[in-house]
Amino acid sequence: MTDALLKISGLTKAYPGVVANDNVSFEIQPGEVHALLGENGAGKSTLVKMIYGLVKPDSGQMHLHGAEFAPINPSFARQHGVAMVFQHFSLFDALTVAENIALGMENPPSQRDLAARIKEVSEEYGLPLEPFHQVGDLSAGERQRVEIIRCLLQNPKLLIMDEPTSVLTPQEVEILFTTLRQLSQEGTAILYISHKLEEIRSLCDHATILRLGKNVGECVPSETSARDMAEMMVGSTLHTPERKADKGGDVVLEIKDLSVASPNQFGTSLKNVQMSVRAGEILGIGGVAGNGQDELLAAISGEVPTNAETICVNGQSVGALGPNARRKLGILAAPEERLGHAAAPAMSLTENALLSGAIRKGLLSNGFISWSGAREFAADIIEKFDVRTPGTETAARALSGGNLQKFVIGREIMQNPDVLIVNQPTWGVDASAAADIRQALLDLAAGGAAVVVISQDLDELTEISDRFAALNEGRLSESREMAGLTVDQIGLMLGGAHDMEAAHAHA
Amino acid sequence: MDLSAINPVLLIASLMVAATPIMLAAIGELVAEKAGVLNLGVEGMMIIGAIAGFATAVETGSPVFGFVIAAVAGAALSFLFVILTQYALANQVASGLALTLFGLGLSALMGQSYVGIKPPSTPHVNLGFISELPVVGPILFSHDFMVYVGILLIAATWATLKYTRVGLILRAVGENHDAAHALGYKVIRVRIIAIMFGGACSGLGGAYISLIRVPQWTEGMTAGAGWIALALVVFASWKPWRLLIGAYIFGGITVLQLNAQAAGARIPVEYLSMSPYLITILVLVFMSADRSRAPASLGRIFHASN
Amino acid sequence: MLRLERRPSPSKVWSYITPLVAVVATMIAGGLLFYVLGKNPIEAIRTIFWDPLFGEFASYSRPQLLVKAGPLILIATGLALGFKAGIWNIGAEGQYIVGAICGAAVALAFYPMEAWFIFPLMIICGALGGMAWAMIPAFLKVRFGTNEILVSLMLVYVAEQLLAAMSLGLLKNPEGFGFPGSRNLQHYPSAFNAEVFAGTGMHWGVVAALIAVIMAYIMLGRHVLGFQIRLTGEAPRAAGFAGVNTARLVMICLGLSGALAGLAGMFEVAGPAGQVSIDFNVGYGFTAIIVAFLGRLNPLGILLAGLLMALTYIGGELAQLTLGLPSAAIQVFQGMLLFFLLAVDMLTNFRIRFGKKEAV
Repeated sequence: MTDALLKISGLTKAYPGVVANDNVSFEIQPGEVHALLGENGAGKSTLVKMIYGLVKPDSGQMHLHGAEFAPINPSFARQHGVAMVFQHFSLFDALTVAENIALGMENPPSQRDLAARIKEVSEEYGLPLEPFHQVGDLSAGERQRVEIIRCLLQNPKLLIMDEPTSVLTPQEVEILFTTLRQLSQEGTAILYISHKLEEIRSLCDHATILRLGKNVGECVPSETSARDMAEMMVGSTLHTPERKADKGGDVVLEIKDLSVASPNQFGTSLKNVQMSVRAGEILGIGGVAGNGQDELLAAISGEVPTNAETICVNGQSVGALGPNARRKLGILAAPEERLGHAAAPAMSLTENALLSGAIRKGLLSNGFISWSGAREFAADIIEKFDVRTPGTETAARALSGGNLQKFVIGREIMQNPDVLIVNQPTWGVDASAAADIRQALLDLAAGGAAVVVISQDLDELTEISDRFAALNEGRLSESREMAGLTVDQIGLMLGGAHDMEAAHAHA
Repeated sequence: MDLSAINPVLLIASLMVAATPIMLAAIGELVAEKAGVLNLGVEGMMIIGAIAGFATAVETGSPVFGFVIAAVAGAALSFLFVILTQYALANQVASGLALTLFGLGLSALMGQSYVGIKPPSTPHVNLGFISELPVVGPILFSHDFMVYVGILLIAATWATLKYTRVGLILRAVGENHDAAHALGYKVIRVRIIAIMFGGACSGLGGAYISLIRVPQWTEGMTAGAGWIALALVVFASWKPWRLLIGAYIFGGITVLQLNAQAAGARIPVEYLSMSPYLITILVLVFMSADRSRAPASLGRIFHASN
Repeated sequence: MLRLERRPSPSKVWSYITPLVAVVATMIAGGLLFYVLGKNPIEAIRTIFWDPLFGEFASYSRPQLLVKAGPLILIATGLALGFKAGIWNIGAEGQYIVGAICGAAVALAFYPMEAWFIFPLMIICGALGGMAWAMIPAFLKVRFGTNEILVSLMLVYVAEQLLAAMSLGLLKNPEGFGFPGSRNLQHYPSAFNAEVFAGTGMHWGVVAALIAVIMAYIMLGRHVLGFQIRLTGEAPRAAGFAGVNTARLVMICLGLSGALAGLAGMFEVAGPAGQVSIDFNVGYGFTAIIVAFLGRLNPLGILLAGLLMALTYIGGELAQLTLGLPSAAIQVFQGMLLFFLLAVDMLTNFRIRFGKKEAV
């Protein structure tokens, strides 16, 4: 195998306290779709950053076309035919599509010529784009197209894609896969990073599996079962959350005709959202990020108050109340962004426990804080939710993503909410912590709370929700029983087919 | 008060002179802010430029050389801001204030022996009969060279930001520094250049006050011009040409107010002297509705964590 | 190559050490500056930091320490509350002036009546005046989203003109032979802000500063308002999630800092300064910004920082007299202090690593 496109041998990269990559080796052949599979924190991102010249390895070598390859920066990598599509898009909202693309190229032509090229290439690959639109106004799928076109315009030999489908609807995923297969046939190798096993099985020719920074195995995905790959990835057998079949309490949360303008320039406004959630029930809300998820959570948590009548809890109109008044009534929330929104990064866990627990845990008297009470509450959360931390005085930012998420979700659950809304509860969280969080949400519902889970992860929603609704451009579809929904139907709902006629016809 | 004493042609000509210092400082700050850096040290950099330019011009007899050294001094002071905000990752608001306080003190120290001296005068452009044309002559063709330098800088900044790759990269860095870093652009380096360009422009603006507008050296003579320049950037919504218009409006107000004082207005001088500041506040209020044009990374600290 | 690495938790130890490091660094750099100016650096540093407390004129200068530190601490304590929340009131100088004008106006209105209530009324009006001046940027920020930094600063220049107008007009001493400036309140017993203990320099403004420090300390550490202030500065979105009413917080922070600056101005005009005059303000409102940062925005730290900064004022005057050190040199010295402080401040949140540089 001397004709490998990229040969990686013994790459090692250590950060203080953690070895991100430990002696990783593998090869990518021309035109191959190669999966890099691993949990969050397994070292996938560090590895591709080294290939793309963003991070320099401590030791080990890379060879491109048999010649030594030591990229000193992304520009060097791009010149040698390596292109990358980032997980968190590296786009500039206030600039146009063409300007964004020019920024990712070595020697961009004039804007007018570039615009013509963009039209041409984007149509060739079935990814239509308007060169002079502002990127901030585009949907997540379109934004990804910008990234991909940016790479394709440079005729890459190797295209790196970091979790590309996490923001796409199932239909958009199909379009992407068609494009990728076309590229692969044209001889472009693709390094495809994901933790979604089914995707990898349908797309990739070969897979390298990383765990805790080490290469723990390789396989041909189409010949390996998802379960086997999962076990290689996690290193142990996972337990699936249990759910008790006990539904049908009274309606607790009722939202009527909720329209809220987004406070952000490039945010999505909510339009006539209707929903009702009963006690003991989990409503799963799917949808691609940026379709109004943040706004919906803010409207329910009280961060963005609205008309009193639009939101009712247990028959009481709460729409005009602020977050703390709603907390008093048992309406709690856990926002998506852990650091900076759900928790203050430099503050201790005690202070972060006080942040949302002050009211229901009775930590204030005449405005004076009971620090001992707050510390006790933080310690309780740490204990009950198995948060790995040196203690209650540790800063929130010192915790790993999974541990902080357990703390944030635990903080709300331990206040015995009547209504809990969470956004992306397991995003970027390792598999075992994710399983714990899902179980806790199920237990909370089983105890009689009305739970709303907003997530992009359809597997997660399928696993825990009783009913499903989709959020698309600020509109919420009618909710349907989760059991019995097919992937196609879900895809249609996510794509914005609100009347569901097509889906009903087959139901 | 005798309004007929105010000659409209002279008024326009002198408002262009009054506008030039804040315009120079503001175009520099605009570039820094476009790169995502909020430098509140404009006042400090201006006054350092004022004394450095003044001292150099007095010692060498050359106002042009004075302006050059003023730009260098402004850029040098802004390098302190670079060290604080780009290397030591200090808060930009606090660092800008530090720069202003330090600059005011240092300029007073440097200027001790220059109080009460007259600087060499800066020659005015003389295009013969063109400069002597009625109305357009005094307005357009008979200023000192810095008035034209200011306008040229605005045009050059506009063209650079809009049409060149350097400008595109600068805007990208100010818009989303993490993405720019991921694409391999040197965020810190771009910002350092932008900050020092801002410092040089502020230095020029300060020297314009001490060498042409006043012209002499007194302690604290910039009297808030640097802060008005900062407000001007907001007023202009980060657009170079609007900056020019804004600077002329401010210049016009200053000149009118001075003319009113000279014409013996019934209102005490002190209340007239408040007007540029009060109008700045009013303008800020009107413009603050439109926040959309502010660069998204403005004032945020960038640290490449891995 | 040097490299910065974020600490998992902010370092407590370094947060105490950094101000000391900054002071030492300033002494060294300041010494160099004095050397360049042709002075003996060691003598200059000793004159500034040692002689006011223990030198031969110490009995005169020691009380001055409290006189100068009082307004600095009072203003800086208020500013620190806002700075912690990311609300930047940098127009304290203007609020100081307006507080002084309001306080003096009350006294002059009652002149020459002697009554117990005049001084308390002056205190109230001084605080209200400063607060009202600070509420202008607060209101504009809340209502229109206007930048409070620029507005509060513009208002300093407006206040300075107002001060000039007052000393030449409305508040001018009718028996002052046409000289600008008001009557001297030191000669009006009901309005005079006398020393609480004679010869110590401790006037009522110093008492107010101590009370403000204690109240601010308790509020930041134990009261929910203090928690909200810290949270807003730390993570504004998290503050929204925690139910903090940002508009209210802006009003409170700017209002409080304005009131304290106004108080400082009022105590100054009724005591050490004695009268409203064109050159009444000497930049305490700006120096207090340095004091606030030097004290790490912590009330107890501000107490110490205020005393230190007062020392540089007095020592600077002394050095001016005995060594002929220019007064601007002290201004530079104070500016340097803030520079060094900001430069070493990162050590609380980052640690420096020696090692090869990352590819960037």
